[in-house]
Amino acid sequence: MHDTIEAHGAGATTPAPAPPPKTSALRRLGRALAPLPWIGPAVILIAAVVLWPVIEMVRTSVLRISSSGATLGTRGTGNYRDLFDESDLVSVLLRTVVWVVGVVLVTIVVSLALGQLLNARFPGRRIVRWAVIVPWAASVLMTALTWKWMLNYYYGVVNKVLQGVGIIDHPVNWLSHPAQAMMWMMWVAVFVSLPFTSFVILAGLQTIPEDVYEAARVDGAGRARTYFRITLPLLRPSLLVAAIINVINVFNSFPIIYAMTGGGPGSKTDTSTTFMYKLAFTGSGDVGESAAMAVVNFALILILVLVYLRVVGWRGEAQS
Amino acid sequence: MSGRSTPRPKDRQGAGDGAFVRRAKVAILAGVGYLVAFVFIAPYLEMALTALKPDRELTKSPTTFLPKHWDFANFVNVWKAAPIWKNMQVSLIVAAVATLIALAVALPAAYYTARNRFRGRGAFLLLVLVTQMFAPTALVIGIYREMVALNLTDTLLGLILVNAAFNLPFCVWILHGYFSSIPKALEEAAYLDGAGKIKALTRVTLPLSLPGLVTAVIYTFIGAWNEYVVALTITSSPDRQPLTVAVPGFVTSYQQHWQYLFATSLIAIVPVVILFVFIERYLIGGLTAGSVK
Repeated sequence: MHDTIEAHGAGATTPAPAPPPKTSALRRLGRALAPLPWIGPAVILIAAVVLWPVIEMVRTSVLRISSSGATLGTRGTGNYRDLFDESDLVSVLLRTVVWVVGVVLVTIVVSLALGQLLNARFPGRRIVRWAVIVPWAASVLMTALTWKWMLNYYYGVVNKVLQGVGIIDHPVNWLSHPAQAMMWMMWVAVFVSLPFTSFVILAGLQTIPEDVYEAARVDGAGRARTYFRITLPLLRPSLLVAAIINVINVFNSFPIIYAMTGGGPGSKTDTSTTFMYKLAFTGSGDVGESAAMAVVNFALILILVLVYLRVVGWRGEAQS
Repeated sequence: MSGRSTPRPKDRQGAGDGAFVRRAKVAILAGVGYLVAFVFIAPYLEMALTALKPDRELTKSPTTFLPKHWDFANFVNVWKAAPIWKNMQVSLIVAAVATLIALAVALPAAYYTARNRFRGRGAFLLLVLVTQMFAPTALVIGIYREMVALNLTDTLLGLILVNAAFNLPFCVWILHGYFSSIPKALEEAAYLDGAGKIKALTRVTLPLSLPGLVTAVIYTFIGAWNEYVVALTITSSPDRQPLTVAVPGFVTSYQQHWQYLFATSLIAIVPVVILFVFIERYLIGGLTAGSVK
């Protein structure tokens, strides 16, 4: 395995300095295989259960699949043509953009404030942190179901509260109107994204050394100036990581829409994720066309992952 | 940053005045904090209050915040209303076994990559980092097709494999971070004291990386416990569905038992929230370490 200590910091690309010439081919082979018992199982599990579905998905997108799931032969680009002929596709894609951008932007802005609050000193801060964690730990599906119930036309507390404070004068059937339903579902998506995001920002805030603020104070910088000139720039790495992970999570968000409106009426509140699911598993069910949608979605996510790799500064060598 | 207690020069003008302003600031902060806490808890409070209402109060308009009659029996009756005991067993088995597998596979990989340089190390870490971003939701069609091909639809094994594999990258990543942060010299000191490799690992490295281990375990367990899309897609028999898939069944076009739906939800949510609170302080550390979801 390792016999040198100075191998520290030498990237993975430079294998440990080769011991003198006499290394036999057998020993070299032995060295190359040495990591296998350690990392082999992980590679196998990831390949079999995470990567295989990717390949299977791409393959399915060019197959003709019957509604019972049997493969009837190849179809070439037929599934993709069906997909692009869907009259709802354009509006679904546009809505997906609004959904992702809107939810992530609001989440980040609110989390910046929340992170400050959770970092400030006041009695009971611990308990406030615990409270903020709750939607992170709880099932998103169950959280979405509570909101659905709270938004109920007849029996929901949202109508009762809004009527009580005079914002509306009679109950509103929130989830039956696409625009209002979208607004509420975006709020629920923000609600479940806030804990993770504000904890990333809190973690970022805690890495900023106190003396940086001390120096700013000595220089006579005001509070706003300190925040925009020092805190925010130093938070940049945390913000970028949080933003990209949120974009991917929100893009993949399924339970909220599926539980609250089912993407309906029609597909007026679908994003491309729920749309993909419905193509395969509702009505006549076309798994092939759904796979085509999934491939399109996946390509978008891959682009995001590449951006993410750039942001975390992956240079093809060991991190830390 | 307003909560910092370092006195500013101008606070000295009148000691009483400065102290008062400071105290007022802390009070305002605390007030805002409790309000925020309430907003985050409110939906779950409504869950609890609804779970405690009798049937007739659920369909009363306008609704009331508190139950008029507190029906604690809902939490007893719910076990008879549906086979949720079975669903809970499924959730528990899937989450526990998936966590065990993920950990058993992640530990050696994370330890080896943290301690050794070898050909392919960078590629392996890249694989981990990239697959960490793959969500089962995006791949559900592929997972479904694979499970059909392997004849694993409607089995616990299928659910276990998916949950173990998709949480594995996170486990490798966080454990790798912890192992890397423990100086090799500590293990070498143990060798000098006559400890073997295994002993050095179990007596020195593992105890020091306990926070990482606990975080990986709890995070994976909760992820599997809450998983919905894959379970919804590949299971069909009621007694092989986890709680997340079973719970919505209380409210359909045929029956509307919101009180049972929320009673079951609370039974599912409360234990994992408590678990999560345990890893709160490590989460902050783990998130700072870099790219962790």
